[in-house]
Amino acid sequence: MAQSRTQFGYRRHADQDRGEGEAARHAVVVVGAGPVGLSLAIDLAQRGQAVVLLDDADRIGEGSRAICFSKRSLEYWDRLGIGQRMVDKGVVWSVGKIFHGAALLYQFNLLPEQGHKRPAFINLQQFYAEAYLVDRVEELPAIDLRWRNKVVALEVRNDHVVLTVDTPDGPYLLRATYVAACDGARSSLRQMVGAEFSGKVFEDQFLIADVKMTAEFPTERWFWFDPPFHAGRSALLHRQPDDIWRIDLQLHPDADAVVEKRPENVRPRIARMLGHEKFEFEWISLYKFQCRRMEKFIHGRVIFAGDAAHQVSPFGARGANSGLEDAENLSWKLDRVLKGTSPEALLESYHIERSAAADENIRESTRSTDFMAPASRQEARLRKAVLSLAKETEFGKRMINGGRLSVPSVYDSPLSTADADAWRGGPRPGASMPDAPITARDGEPAFLTDAFIKCGKRFTLLEFSNGASVDVSGDVGVISIGGVDGALDPAGLVGARYDAEPGTAYLLRPDGYVVARFRQPTRQTLEAALARACGMN
Amino acid sequence: MALSTSSNFTKPDDAFRAIVEAHRGLSDEASADLDAALVLVLANHIGDLDVLREAIALAKRRMMDVSQQAQQQQ
Repeated sequence: MAQSRTQFGYRRHADQDRGEGEAARHAVVVVGAGPVGLSLAIDLAQRGQAVVLLDDADRIGEGSRAICFSKRSLEYWDRLGIGQRMVDKGVVWSVGKIFHGAALLYQFNLLPEQGHKRPAFINLQQFYAEAYLVDRVEELPAIDLRWRNKVVALEVRNDHVVLTVDTPDGPYLLRATYVAACDGARSSLRQMVGAEFSGKVFEDQFLIADVKMTAEFPTERWFWFDPPFHAGRSALLHRQPDDIWRIDLQLHPDADAVVEKRPENVRPRIARMLGHEKFEFEWISLYKFQCRRMEKFIHGRVIFAGDAAHQVSPFGARGANSGLEDAENLSWKLDRVLKGTSPEALLESYHIERSAAADENIRESTRSTDFMAPASRQEARLRKAVLSLAKETEFGKRMINGGRLSVPSVYDSPLSTADADAWRGGPRPGASMPDAPITARDGEPAFLTDAFIKCGKRFTLLEFSNGASVDVSGDVGVISIGGVDGALDPAGLVGARYDAEPGTAYLLRPDGYVVARFRQPTRQTLEAALARACGMN
Repeated sequence: MALSTSSNFTKPDDAFRAIVEAHRGLSDEASADLDAALVLVLANHIGDLDVLREAIALAKRRMMDVSQQAQQQQ
């Protein structure tokens, strides 16, 4: 595929020629063309919504920034038609290693089993991900992407929002039934709605350096406590495409940012780490971070997603991935509300599910950060004890926290229908659908996640045939496993991962989460579960 | 399972002695290191978060009482 563009031009839009009283009205305006805003816009457009997407810049941001994209995010991007391109460019990994000093203490595999379409993680520079998403946006005429359109004011009316948008040609007004604010950690929309954004500030500073080199390190995530090349602190080494390596070094809280960032000061540190000087800098950045979230993700008709709504420390790859989970959670709900097939109250479940996920991400990443930067002498002592016990005990290894990597949350959701039958395994209501290999009726090997996409990314019944199929009214896709015309389960993994018996059925949401499951579903139980999941209970 | 506060050792003095002897000859710093490791080992052996939380609450409550008494006596 051709090289993606990263620089875009401002183009005047006819909306800008309208007078003050006749501002154009759109169903959805998405603010912020980062990974979250772009994905949300694509998802909404694929569902048939016309989307205006505004970004205050005219180019894709510099620096690799978010580099780890999770299995869940890749499965989402598969649904947006862009997953394969991300995987083709990215580097695939699943193994992490933890070192203390020079010694390997512990290693973990985030996806130790076979039979998944997507790996545990890929590493890919955020600018590639954004460029590929923009390419996809340009294939979708329903998305109107406007660069150098900066929202400078916001007024919430009864049934719409009025945005004042500044451009190189001056400001104009836009009306939107809903606004999705995906405008990042320094969200200006968040300030415009007057929302608080407070949380825990971490004093320790981290230095990120992307270096270009040809190296023999394996494609794994390496994390050091107290490494010989950076005594008393922690370090992280991670591979990216194009022979670029991400290095994270924890600095002292009182380190001087300006001094530390100078290449002549960074170079010797990296040289000590690598044992040679054969590298060039691609990008150097210094950061401190906070863990915080908005109290409410929905302010009237303005809905917040991604870093605008919540921020975590970077250890655990929970920033961009959780933002993408926000997008997949929000888009089908917003689509239904705009189409009038669900009441507006359905949107409240976005706040409930995703704010709980944000709490979980904040809790996990705060624990990692506290472990890396102990706040007191006693915390440091406890960490020292864990690291020393890890040398000879399994429990010690498991207690080492060098980042717990992003996995999708299990929603405790008003949309779910509680289990009434007995289950020994399988995803419970509120969990995301596990993948597994299948063989389609035409003999083609495929995955369950492919079958879900083929069904149209809508409510889908996954049924394990027992000869009798349950009819469900409404817009519900069906994936049949076994029986006369169902897909085959060649490795038995679908059955095993869903704890299936003949007759078992799972009702899946349009974002691939389990709504309800039944050993012997009836039309009545399925329709009740569906109504509940649509916010109509 | 709730935290057991009845006496579980047939010879409690032996248990207390074993811990005391482990600390003999150690500096305060080394003793604190030992305690930290010991707490983690024993917590994992118990392997029950509710029991651990109860134990922490009990230890913390008694410690507060002791420090309050100490303040009142001053």
